[in-house]
Amino acid sequence: MTEITASRQSLLLPDARTRSRNAAEKRFRVYGMIAIGLAVLALCVLLVSIVSNGAGAFQQTFITLDVAFPEDKLDKNGNRDPAEMAKVTTFGYAPLIKSAINARIQAEGIEIEGLKKPERMISKEAAAQLRNFVLSNPEVIGETRRFEVLASGRVDGYFKGRVTAESAKRDKNISPEHLVLADALKNAGALETRFNWKFVTWPDASENRPEASGLGVAILGSFYMMLVVLVLALPIGVAASIYLEEFAPKNRFTDLIEVNISNLAAVPSIVFGILGLAIFINFAGLPQSAPIVGGLVLTLMTLPRIIIPSRAALAAVPPSIREAALGVGASRMQTVFHHVLPLAAPGILTGLIIGLGQALGETAPLLLIGMVAFVREYPDAPPEGLFDPATALPVQIFNFTQRADPAFVERASGAIIVLLIFLLITNSVAIYLRRRFERRW
Amino acid sequence: MNDMTMPEQTTKAEADYKFTAKGVDVFYADNHAIKDVSVDINDKTVTAFIGPSGCGKSTFLRCLNRMNDTIDICRVTGDIRLDGEDINDPKVDPVQLRAKVGMVFQKPNPFPKSIYDNVAYGPRIHGLASGKAELDDIVEKSLRRAALWGEVKDRLDKPGTGLSGGQQQRLCIARAVATEPEVLLMDEPCSALDPIATAQVEELIDELRQNYSLVIVTHSMQQAARVSQKTAFFHLGELVEFGETADIFTNPEDSRTESYITGRIG
Repeated sequence: MTEITASRQSLLLPDARTRSRNAAEKRFRVYGMIAIGLAVLALCVLLVSIVSNGAGAFQQTFITLDVAFPEDKLDKNGNRDPAEMAKVTTFGYAPLIKSAINARIQAEGIEIEGLKKPERMISKEAAAQLRNFVLSNPEVIGETRRFEVLASGRVDGYFKGRVTAESAKRDKNISPEHLVLADALKNAGALETRFNWKFVTWPDASENRPEASGLGVAILGSFYMMLVVLVLALPIGVAASIYLEEFAPKNRFTDLIEVNISNLAAVPSIVFGILGLAIFINFAGLPQSAPIVGGLVLTLMTLPRIIIPSRAALAAVPPSIREAALGVGASRMQTVFHHVLPLAAPGILTGLIIGLGQALGETAPLLLIGMVAFVREYPDAPPEGLFDPATALPVQIFNFTQRADPAFVERASGAIIVLLIFLLITNSVAIYLRRRFERRW
Repeated sequence: MNDMTMPEQTTKAEADYKFTAKGVDVFYADNHAIKDVSVDINDKTVTAFIGPSGCGKSTFLRCLNRMNDTIDICRVTGDIRLDGEDINDPKVDPVQLRAKVGMVFQKPNPFPKSIYDNVAYGPRIHGLASGKAELDDIVEKSLRRAALWGEVKDRLDKPGTGLSGGQQQRLCIARAVATEPEVLLMDEPCSALDPIATAQVEELIDELRQNYSLVIVTHSMQQAARVSQKTAFFHLGELVEFGETADIFTNPEDSRTESYITGRIG
């Protein structure tokens, strides 16, 4: 057939143009797959490195000791007066721990040559733990109680593979003999490494006791700030976008506002921190390091990021719905609230939750308003608690990475895991709400 | 039906007309879309607006219930009266006007709600029903008037967007008549429908004429000839000819009208 009509191209053979078009399409698909592959690979590397570094933070080593509380040391006059008992500092409790660990070693019949200062095995946090316990339960004085205390960061590191006999030789905080003792205690059942909720609930601890540090205050602070952002940014942002999109006249002034909102969304967040420092702390006199100020700053930062997607969601509602409502005699406000807003709700919610997610992970503006401080005290319940000092999760990560002790590396990665879990939860909620409210038209 | 609310100020000659429009001009920014149009629309009559695309017939229709207010750049001048009252008077609330002058749009646009809620929305916001039973009555009556009751009575709680195109358009008509309007404006109500649905809607228009004054914009001259008693021919923003439908189609006075209905322009 091709021989008869030589000029006619057979459909079975692609011509040159078709071939090059198909090749171009194939190349484009390959580029796309490569791009996605790289992104997935990068994500996997990130997650694997964070999880492998941070999983250890959720495990902690504990030592069980029988601690005697001698009256002559803790309450010399024997009258259980809280004020007098409080005069015994945590330093005064150190000998109790020392004798408790020595007693335990003897009781288990462990003998290690060259072992000195076995109390180095115990976290410095333990003395404070005992003191708090005695002050709140004075009746234990004169008795012996079984206690579970934190092992020191080095001993904990030994069971996580961070500390070896080699490194212990060069370490003035721990010796290879301590590690032998740790193994012996473990065999005797006095030492245990297990899941540690305290990493999530306890407050931060000082530089030389990483084993006792936790994220409690940071999580509370972040939660309070998100509360402030939600309460302020949702109504203000949605109201602003509804007004601008549905009611505002289109003139130079509204154009100017529009341009500025778009620009604000691109302003570096640290600038909002300076603004918050100047306005909320220096001018309005709000306290430093307080979640209320952090929340206000993050609200300023989040507002344009909520308004822009909200306006886009409102603009995407087909005008025929507005005409239909107006046509049956609905007022503009009824039109917006009965018809346009429900249809735009999924888009607005998505914008809101992405905005909240960004606010949750924001660090720079919080550094400027003093939330980088070292805070041991939990803030009270809101609303008073909003004015108490607190830190935030991303700032806590920043703080952990600043510290010298290698144990803080796993703490920082562990905190990142917690932050990522929170972000995952908010995003899942966003997807769920989107599905729930999405309606076809 | 709303006789009680009819003002007594109208003179006898004007009383026959539902709408009287005199010297209406519409501007979209600098574009002069409607040029000095005067039309009188009778009660209980179907008036058709015909003309080529972009001639301003839809724009003029939207002046009658002030839908053009929603377009920022649109400016309407001239005198439009409903029962002798100036609808562009600053004291007139367009919401009240639109309750009296219902509208059906080119593309069926039911709300993404149930069939029941679609029809009940207007009566609800205007407070026309005092209870659930009364609202049920209004919904049934409106759906019957729109010749849709039989098809949807068993699925009133299903979404209105799930109906076929013709059913959706009749649902929109039911929604429009549910608020007991005096005038019904229809902007190319059949252009998105197939011939069977079109026939149903046309039949409906003829029935609705018993109670309402209807104004219908259409591209189809056959449709105008079938359903209307009066016809207005628009061309390039001007009202070229207005009169009895039979006269326009059989004996047009203006040569442009003749060219259009015979298919030479437009």
